[in-house]
Amino acid sequence: MENFTPISAAIGGALIGLAATLLMLFNGRVAGISGILAACLNVRGRDIGWGAAFVAGLVLAPMMASVVGYPMPSPQMPDSWTIVVIAGALVGFGTRLGGGCTSGHGVCGMARLSVRSIVATAIFMATAITIVALSRHALGV
Amino acid sequence: MQTLAALVCGLIFGWGLLISGMVEPTKVIGFLDIFGAWDPSLAVVMAAALGVTGVGFRRVAARQKPVFAAQSLWPTRTDVDAPLVIGAILFGTGWGLVGLCPGPALENLATLSPRVIVFVVAMACGMGLHRLWQGSRSEATVHQADEGTVDG
Repeated sequence: MENFTPISAAIGGALIGLAATLLMLFNGRVAGISGILAACLNVRGRDIGWGAAFVAGLVLAPMMASVVGYPMPSPQMPDSWTIVVIAGALVGFGTRLGGGCTSGHGVCGMARLSVRSIVATAIFMATAITIVALSRHALGV
Repeated sequence: MQTLAALVCGLIFGWGLLISGMVEPTKVIGFLDIFGAWDPSLAVVMAAALGVTGVGFRRVAARQKPVFAAQSLWPTRTDVDAPLVIGAILFGTGWGLVGLCPGPALENLATLSPRVIVFVVAMACGMGLHRLWQGSRSEATVHQADEGTVDG
C-alpha cells in the first residue's frame, strides 16, 4: 500500500462533497457528471447554461491550480486506441442507461441512501475490479 | 446566478478530483487492482465525499427551495430495474479498461492528451447513441430524463 495517500484523498473527497452540496443548495441539481454532460449534448434541451458552466469549471480547475504551482499530472492511458474508444463508448452509453456514474450514483445517490444508487455503485465497482483483475492478472495484458 | 454557482461548483469539484489524485487513471486503477499493489485512496475519497454530502444534503433538503432555482430536482426513482444493472455493468467495464469515469475524463481535457480527447468523444457518442435509442422508444422518456427523475 505504498501508494496510499489518505490525507489528500480525504481533503479531495471533502471538496467533492462540498461541490455536490453547493450545487444542490444553489441550483437544486444533482452533481452527476454523466447526467450534466448528457444534458449539455442534448441539442433540444432547454436551460443547459448551468451545465456547460459546471463542465467549464471542471476543465478550468487544473488550469487555475497549475498557475498557483499545483500542476496536473499527464494521464497515463492504454496504448491501444481501440481500447480507448471502446471504453469511452461503454462509459457514455452505460452511465446513461444506468442513470448515473461515480458522482451521480456513487456520491450524490449513496449520500441520500438511494437503493438504486447503492446497487449501481456496487455493480460498477465490482465489474471494474473484475475487468482490472482479468486484464492485469489473468490475461497479463 | 445559476451559471456562476455551477461554475464555482465545477471548480471545487475539479480541485477535489485533482487533490485526491482521482484525475489520474493510474491512481483509480490502483484502487480497482485489489490483487496487485492495492491503493485504498479512492475508498477514502468516497467516504469523505459521502460524509460531507450526507450532512450537506440533509441540511439542503430542510430548505423550502434552492437559493437560485425555483425547485430542487431530487431524484425520485426507487426501483431497481434491468437498465440500471446492465448500465452499471457496461460503465464498470469501460471504467476498468481505462480508469476514467466522466468527471476525471472531462477534467483531463485540460491536458490536451489526444487519447483523453478521443475517449471523451467516444463517451459523448455513447451518450448520443443512448439518446437516439431512447428517443426511438418514446418521446416522454426523453423529457422525463431532463426533469431529474434520473439519478445523476
